[in-house]
Amino acid sequence: MNWTQPDITWAPLVPILVVLLAGAVGILVEAFIRTPATRRLVQLSLTLAALVVGLGAAIVLWATQEGSGTVVLRLMLVVDRQSLAWQVLLAVFGILAALLFAARTRTGEEEFTPLGSSTPGALDETRALRAGLQVTEVFPLLLFAVGGMMLFTAVTDFVFLFVVLELFSLPLYILVALARRRRALSHEAALKYFLLGAFSSAIYIFGVALLFGATTQTSFTAVQRAIEIIAGHDPLIIAAAVLILVGLFFKLGAVPFHSWVPDVYQGAPTAVTGFMAAATKAAAVAALLRVVFASFYPLEWELNWLFWTIAIVTMILATLVALVQTDIKRMLAYSSIAHAGFILVAFAGFSPDALSSLPFYMLAYGLATFGAFAVVTQVRERTADGAVGAEAVRLGQWAGLGKRAPWLATAMALFLLSFAGIPLTAGFVGKFVVFRSAIEQGAWPLVLVAVLASAAAAFFYVRLIVLMFFTDVPEGQADAIEIEYSPLTRAVVVVTAVLTLVLGIVPGPALAAAEDAGVMLSTLSSGS
Amino acid sequence: MFPILTVLVVLPVVGAGVLFLPQARAKSREIALFFALAELIIAANLFLRFDRSQAGTIQFAETHSWIPQIGTSWALGVNGIGLSLVVLSAILVPVAILSAWRDDKDEKRRATYLALLLSSQAFMIGIFAARDVFLFYVLFEAMLIPIYFLIGYFGGLQRRYAAVKFLIFSLVGGLVMLVGVIALYVAGPGGEQGFLTDKLTGLSLSTSTERLLFLAFFIAFAIKAPMFPVHTWLPTVAESARPSTTALLVAVLDKVGTFGMLTLCLVLFPGAAHWAAPVIIVFAVISVLYGAILAIGQDNMLKLVSFTSVSHFGIMIIGIFAFAQTSVTGAALYMFNHGLSTGALFFAVAYLAKRHGTVSIKAFGGLQKIAPVLAGTFLIIGLSSLSLPGLSPFISEILVFIGAYPVVPVAIWFAVVGVVLAALYILLMYKRVFTGPAPEAMEGTRDLSVRERLVTWPLIAAMLVLGFVPGILLGVLHEPVHDIVTIVQEAGK
Repeated sequence: MNWTQPDITWAPLVPILVVLLAGAVGILVEAFIRTPATRRLVQLSLTLAALVVGLGAAIVLWATQEGSGTVVLRLMLVVDRQSLAWQVLLAVFGILAALLFAARTRTGEEEFTPLGSSTPGALDETRALRAGLQVTEVFPLLLFAVGGMMLFTAVTDFVFLFVVLELFSLPLYILVALARRRRALSHEAALKYFLLGAFSSAIYIFGVALLFGATTQTSFTAVQRAIEIIAGHDPLIIAAAVLILVGLFFKLGAVPFHSWVPDVYQGAPTAVTGFMAAATKAAAVAALLRVVFASFYPLEWELNWLFWTIAIVTMILATLVALVQTDIKRMLAYSSIAHAGFILVAFAGFSPDALSSLPFYMLAYGLATFGAFAVVTQVRERTADGAVGAEAVRLGQWAGLGKRAPWLATAMALFLLSFAGIPLTAGFVGKFVVFRSAIEQGAWPLVLVAVLASAAAAFFYVRLIVLMFFTDVPEGQADAIEIEYSPLTRAVVVVTAVLTLVLGIVPGPALAAAEDAGVMLSTLSSGS
Repeated sequence: MFPILTVLVVLPVVGAGVLFLPQARAKSREIALFFALAELIIAANLFLRFDRSQAGTIQFAETHSWIPQIGTSWALGVNGIGLSLVVLSAILVPVAILSAWRDDKDEKRRATYLALLLSSQAFMIGIFAARDVFLFYVLFEAMLIPIYFLIGYFGGLQRRYAAVKFLIFSLVGGLVMLVGVIALYVAGPGGEQGFLTDKLTGLSLSTSTERLLFLAFFIAFAIKAPMFPVHTWLPTVAESARPSTTALLVAVLDKVGTFGMLTLCLVLFPGAAHWAAPVIIVFAVISVLYGAILAIGQDNMLKLVSFTSVSHFGIMIIGIFAFAQTSVTGAALYMFNHGLSTGALFFAVAYLAKRHGTVSIKAFGGLQKIAPVLAGTFLIIGLSSLSLPGLSPFISEILVFIGAYPVVPVAIWFAVVGVVLAALYILLMYKRVFTGPAPEAMEGTRDLSVRERLVTWPLIAAMLVLGFVPGILLGVLHEPVHDIVTIVQEAGK
């Protein structure tokens, strides 16, 4: 076989390349800069710079985008407004995550353990602490994860999608394991995430194998054409499609493929949890959109029931289980599962409106998620000797927070209201556009379930608001909780809170941008 | 043109913002009152400038593009019905502020309370002036937030439970309405201003769609109104929240329910309104009797008043769903008058509560010798609530009964029983609290203070004026009601 050099158009890949290359440079920084303080500063600046440049490049590409998009790497990658919109979103989430990763408590404690391999409280950890060691490799890991996700949104080939899926999952497995406090929980979470992630990858790749067997193709468009020719009646294709979707549902955290979510969200360092809840989910949604609309579109009749069933089961189950949670991180985890259900509502009837409603939905959801988890990192237990301890994640510990830290509690209440979809928050507009596209497809029973689930979900969001504002600090508990103040985290809280409000009151420009993103290269191309 | 309605919506928000400043805390009551009075003056100006000869048309209209992608606009404007309710809320908010004058010792809490009162005023005025269904919905839902905090943060022991109960009821209703709102847009012409009510009026919908949409809206309004059997949140709230909060809630905010039935349910889905009317009237009659009977059995005066409201809202709903010009006009007038009389009744009960720290009827007795002005004021307000001729609620009830009798005679027989029962619960309450020998604890009860007279007497004056010259309001209500009735009756043919 003759080797032909692939013809690659590099320009449209700039946002992704910048981020991934900066990750590679970060590894070198790790190796060559020995002073921890300098290294940290360099890593943080490098990360932020790369993400800002990536964000800028994506915006420029968006603005100069002509026609429906550019095919890169022979149908393996597509850069169109849809993928660019997601890249912008992911870059923003990356910046927010980097700020949270870099945040420190008053006593200089970071979210991450200084020595990943140490056992909690062991001698080598104490030594590492005393030596001022820091895990600055979290920044390159973050860059790889963000870069991978950005790439994920542009992939149009099932095999390549698998590779990229692993590219952004592997850094996450490591990040999950690095929590400074509650190490055992963190290690367990990482292991669970890794094992279940491996399962989901296996299921996915099995689906791809079946698909290749049935169509001899792996590229999205080629598969679509093949499905049209076979007219979708081949059971092998249906089985393959279901398996592939299941692999993606895993990443999305939809029931019944959600079991890793609560444990991982609870065990991971909270900054990582925020990043995973917002960014991983966004990347999964982006890929799901592309798979559905650029490849499985002709299978609408065969697959619609799958989306309906999973959406309904996810919304109901996640909401019910969330009602009985007593740990804030677990409650937010179940809330994020419930949101996976709302996301799937947008797929009802395979309406192309999902292409413009979901980017906005994920923006609204992601901002509130980052904000909420950022607030969680600020509420700490105080240890017996008066030092700042672990995060106070038991619900009861938040009682009376509204009096002690009114602005922090108000911001949290705003994020919770946005999750609940109360008007004048971004979450409401997000739900509105999603529900609208579903109703247009005649899927109003699905929307009715979603609405009732929202009402039930409001109960546990409101319960936290009640605790914060209407409950007094329990006797003798006043000193047990410490409100941490980290400028970087506060910056994230302020930015996300302001955006949540602004997008709730004047969502026009963002919606207009999302509408522009609603055209996907090769979407329904052969169908229409 | 001067955006007077936008000013009316924005001004209380500005006031609330000012109150959140730490510097404003010391003078929070004066500042809040200033904003509320400014609002009242502007509303009075609105009322005077309203062209009464054109009361059926939308006046002071403003339309600005808001979120064109989802078809919604910032569209305000009032016809006579909206005008009367805007004025009602402008009247009751300063009164509520005055009534709560001494409720808080803590300056910060007081400022928060007043800020929340003002922000809920912004929402209610916005709702009564909204000409865009989406805007209506957004304000309808967002209003829950300040009220939720008003109930849950200030009030009695059960306040948190009451706040959550209120929120869950309202939210379920609101979210069901959301499905209707979206479906209405999808069924309508769509486009950039596809949510404007005028564009959504007269749509030809399939029968089943129209009925489902009607139900989605009606359920939300029935919960708000409050109508049997979805009224149960109201007694809980009345018992636990502050009287000034409940007064505002029942006097103005609950009118959003009947206002919505009148201006959205009937106008947008007239066919379905005909279809549902028999069942709704049955439930309304049950509301009238059930509310009245439970009121008779109540010992807690705040709960008693809230049950009387369930009863009175039943009468309004009968009036609305009888689809007769006279009965609907009566219902629209009753919405205003009930606001005056029930608001005043809650304030009056609040005076008793402040003096003796209880609202249990059993604890009182013989007050009319000790505090004659209080007793007299209470009696007049009570009489207005039982619709004594000469006081404004009488006219409205009579109009409802006369108008609805030819349409639903049996319902009116039963509803009139409700009026008789009203005499029972009001007069029994008066008898037990004010007549007879006074228990020792009642010795030295203060009579009405100047501030308290300032709160109540203007409301009584308004009731008297409207009782004798109802034309002031009937003039602005007749035409818009006529338009609504025409739409509904066309659909019934």
